[in-house]
Amino acid sequence: MNVVTPFEGIGASLRRKEDYRFLLGRGQYVDDLNRPGQTHAVMLRSPHAHATIDRIDTAAAKAMPGVKAIFVGEDMAAESIGGIPCGWQIHNKDGSPMAEPMHPALALGKVRHVGDPVAVVIAETKAQARDAAEAIVVDYTPLPAVSSTEAAVKPGAPQVHEAAPGNLCYDWHIGDKAAQEAAFARAARVVKIETTNNRLVPNAMEPRAAIGDFDSFSGDYTLYTTSQNPHVIRLLMGAFVLHIPESKLRVVAPDVGGGFGSKIYHYAEEAIVTWAAGKVKRPIKWTCERSESFMSDAHGRDHVSTAELALDDQGKILGLKVHTLANMGAYLSTFAPCVPTYLYATLLSGVYSTPVIYAEVKAVFTNTVPVDAYRGAGRPEATYLLERLMDVAAAEAGLDKVEFRRRNFIRPDQFPYQTPVALQYDSGDYHSTLDACLETAGWAGFEARRAESKARGKLRGIGISTYVEACGIAPSAVVGSLGARAGLYEVGTIRVHPTGSVTVLTGAHSHGQGHETTFAQLIADKLGVPTANVDIVHGDTAKVPFGMGTYGSRSLAVGGSAMDKAMDKIIAKGKRIAAHLMEASVEDVEFERGTFRVAGTDKTKTLTDISLAAYVPHNYPIDEIEPGLEETAFYDPKNFTYPGGCHICELEIDPETGRVEVLNFTAVDDVGRVINPMIVEGQVQGGVAQGIGQALLEAAIYDASGQLVSGSFMDYTMPRAGDLPDVGVATHVTLCTHNPLGVKGCGEVGAIGSPPAVMNAVVDALRDYGVRHVEMPATPQKIWGIVNAHRLAAE
Amino acid sequence: MYDFAYHKPASVADAVKILAADPDARPISGGMTLLPALKLRLNKPTSVVDLSGIAELHGVKREGDKLVIGALTRHVEVATSAEVKAAIPTLAAMAGTIGDTQVRNRGTMGGSVANNDPSADYPAALLALGATIQTDKRKLAAEDFFTGMFTTALEVGELVTAIHIPIPTKAGYAKMRNPASRYSMAGVFVAQTAAGVRVAVNGAGNNGVFREKAMEAALTANWSPDAVADVKVDPGLLNGDIHGSAEYRAHLVTVMAKRAVIDAG
Ligand SMILES: Cc1cc2nc3c(=O)[nH]c(=O)nc-3n(C[C@H](O)[C@H](O)[C@H](O)COP(=O)(O)OP(=O)(O)OC[C@H]3O[C@@H](n4cnc5c(N)ncnc54)[C@H](O)[C@@H]3O)c2cc1C
Repeated sequence: MNVVTPFEGIGASLRRKEDYRFLLGRGQYVDDLNRPGQTHAVMLRSPHAHATIDRIDTAAAKAMPGVKAIFVGEDMAAESIGGIPCGWQIHNKDGSPMAEPMHPALALGKVRHVGDPVAVVIAETKAQARDAAEAIVVDYTPLPAVSSTEAAVKPGAPQVHEAAPGNLCYDWHIGDKAAQEAAFARAARVVKIETTNNRLVPNAMEPRAAIGDFDSFSGDYTLYTTSQNPHVIRLLMGAFVLHIPESKLRVVAPDVGGGFGSKIYHYAEEAIVTWAAGKVKRPIKWTCERSESFMSDAHGRDHVSTAELALDDQGKILGLKVHTLANMGAYLSTFAPCVPTYLYATLLSGVYSTPVIYAEVKAVFTNTVPVDAYRGAGRPEATYLLERLMDVAAAEAGLDKVEFRRRNFIRPDQFPYQTPVALQYDSGDYHSTLDACLETAGWAGFEARRAESKARGKLRGIGISTYVEACGIAPSAVVGSLGARAGLYEVGTIRVHPTGSVTVLTGAHSHGQGHETTFAQLIADKLGVPTANVDIVHGDTAKVPFGMGTYGSRSLAVGGSAMDKAMDKIIAKGKRIAAHLMEASVEDVEFERGTFRVAGTDKTKTLTDISLAAYVPHNYPIDEIEPGLEETAFYDPKNFTYPGGCHICELEIDPETGRVEVLNFTAVDDVGRVINPMIVEGQVQGGVAQGIGQALLEAAIYDASGQLVSGSFMDYTMPRAGDLPDVGVATHVTLCTHNPLGVKGCGEVGAIGSPPAVMNAVVDALRDYGVRHVEMPATPQKIWGIVNAHRLAAE
Repeated sequence: MYDFAYHKPASVADAVKILAADPDARPISGGMTLLPALKLRLNKPTSVVDLSGIAELHGVKREGDKLVIGALTRHVEVATSAEVKAAIPTLAAMAGTIGDTQVRNRGTMGGSVANNDPSADYPAALLALGATIQTDKRKLAAEDFFTGMFTTALEVGELVTAIHIPIPTKAGYAKMRNPASRYSMAGVFVAQTAAGVRVAVNGAGNNGVFREKAMEAALTANWSPDAVADVKVDPGLLNGDIHGSAEYRAHLVTVMAKRAVIDAG
């Protein structure tokens, strides 16, 4: 019998089922898999940011020990292999489509960033493949390169693609320009900031890896890959690149060690090993090295923006105007074009009832690694811009920064709230998250703590950010009208086995999120099956019917809702079977957590009684109902979900060294209904760690020639445990009104809300120095530069 | 990693013999520097001579007014050694800040000294303390041993066997870490020794570890943090990178010198 004790359903802080194997090193990651007869691939990558390829001589390399094959771009082109496709098409202001230059899997004639793959070497061992890769002779003629976002649009800038004049990918806008201008004309004050959102390298703990396998007898291809969305890879690679029908292509994403967005995209290496496996008729494994990751995983952020806020004389916001340049890198990665548009500009209303907004976004090509979504994707950029601007505006208008925010908040009674930039927020309560956060963070007592720090020669600052984000992506028709080339529903199958245990097939993919636990809790809560008897299956196109994967905090809101719908179907069928067994009418059968009951009686049947009857249909209404107990549901969300909340950061600066130490971080988030509070806390803390990383530590720095200067952990500052405070997390719930679970999503809130809280605290700490704005990351050198300049000016 | 032959001799004499026979052979101690270089194929030795089996290279001893530290003594052993803590507490504390736990469990003083990374910790300590580096054939004063960035007076095939450190009256150390690599970006070791006051700087010099003579003079006259607070370092002698310009490093050297004097007490 299924007995659920102790309570494992919604709201229980269950320990993560998957951690047992992860903590003992028994996870099965792509690099842990070895196929019989497997060979190894090494990519030869461009050392130049921009160059023509004049000649590639592979003769000597091909003759080296163990080498099975070497392929270059022309070999793929000769077989009409397609370019790596982009999944989103943005239209320019004039209605014309964006520039979408060809992205060959292996470079054809030109390389466009350091790390652009030029050749693949396949050999019996990885060391032999590396030896042979070193023996390939490539004659390059270096070309002038453009590596910075701003330089890309300067007249006379080197051209990355002939098909994109002026390096422009698109020139897009949203909002009402005339209304914005009118609002600004009436304003008592206009406050402006210019800022750069620093470029980041995702650095998932597990580097990317791929194994291509081809069965000569069946003609079936299998790709094992480090992906957040195996079905999407099958779709993109099968249909657009390799022209393999779905039925002949299986994509498996087993345990994956972190993604943060960087493992959403279809990467060249996946297509290369799959295609080449068919050529050499042997499985081919490729595993990225860390230094290769730096130059081939899609980077994040990289915006240069100007924002202006118009206020009336009461401190009410009249309008917002934003201009942003967004770096796409050398080629369009899968979702790149939508990040600075529909995941960014649509969020510029934030938690405020800003009546008019106009935003222009130009996306540009540069000779750098492609840029795409990274934890938060567009929303951290919008939140940072807006929340820095709110602080600057409050200071310049002489208003208290908390009161200024409160005055402009969307009130609880205004929901559903239509913003001027397309989104309709369904629910939220920004006043409550603000008040709870102020209280927990001890906002009121800050000045005393600041004085105490000052006595020790330290500068203490406190910073706040109030934010909303849009996730749980997304209604297919809406995103389709915005340029998405795919639908964004999710799929769930609930398979109740004969003895009542459950297998769930989900199109969402877990790479750190704890789905095996959270999803099992959904089943426990609704069907009453102990989580130990629930198995979550994901990451294999041969097992799971379909799916769009995990990103944009969508797994629970969209994937969980699909499961919920499928469970409804199970219950509906179960009631019919139960009605037959208990000789009652279907309308009289009730179901609650594993028990079917004839209403008002003590006649009951358990889910196990029903599943057994369904699979052993001796006494069964076989003419009316099919045997078996398995249901699939596709769930297409009705709207985005809108988590929001308040983050407060308190920190101390050592003015002698410029070092910033975060002392306290408090997050009060509204993520909708909380299924597992412990997992939510962990997700928020992880996101905050990345947000603090962006604010204080991380920066992908290219020099003018297009070399990645911060190309290893010796120069790229990843946050370490010692850089982080104990992040206090609390939730204040308003339910999502349009999905059956009432959930909003918690994967990205930490990374979205935190950077401006940290930077507002940095600026606050420097308030005596007359500092208006500090760019991220606030490194010791940068802070010392500010302190020193102030000292010199005073002398 | 390219292929190489592997040797594990049991004595210094045997190790030196193997190294003498092949100029492209390399000794390996903790491997914390050499292994990453091999993995990145930056280094192509014909053979690697593993010193870890040589008993005579291990251990810390006190000999009169000196500490004698075997070349193979790992950072964790220096950090936790009762002898070191009693004689030169700041040296033990320094060892406890090198890299991370894994690095300290493998990395050795001999390896660090032979490598003379400009950002490494030990060279500044040995220079300021007036240490002597003992090799398989001679003894060299630290000053003569550390000759520039990643260069030492060691000849090809010559091994560091021990480090002799005179016990100072007082010593202190402070460093500002590079935020990314966590190596020193500007570190200052100050010592009052029988031979006088010495100040050595790591992480910042454009030719590796160096003595800061103006600070030595200031501290000789007045051993106090204030004495060095106004001693400016010439940025022209320092290196700069994305984490710290020469000007910033010059400023940090002064700040760290002050803190090192405070640390020394
Ligand atoms: C992640 C990381 C962080 C680090 N952080 C720091 C830090 O903060 N501060 C710091 O000081 N160091 C740091 N290091 C370096 C570390 O201290 C190394 O242990 C040290 O530099 C080399 O010691 P080893 O025993 O590992 O030498 P190995 O790597 O074995 O050898 C280094 C070099 O010295 C030669 N060699 C080794 N032993 C001898 C010998 N007895 N005689 C002659 N030549 C020899 C080798 O041939 C090689 O060229 C870090 C290293 C890593 C990997």
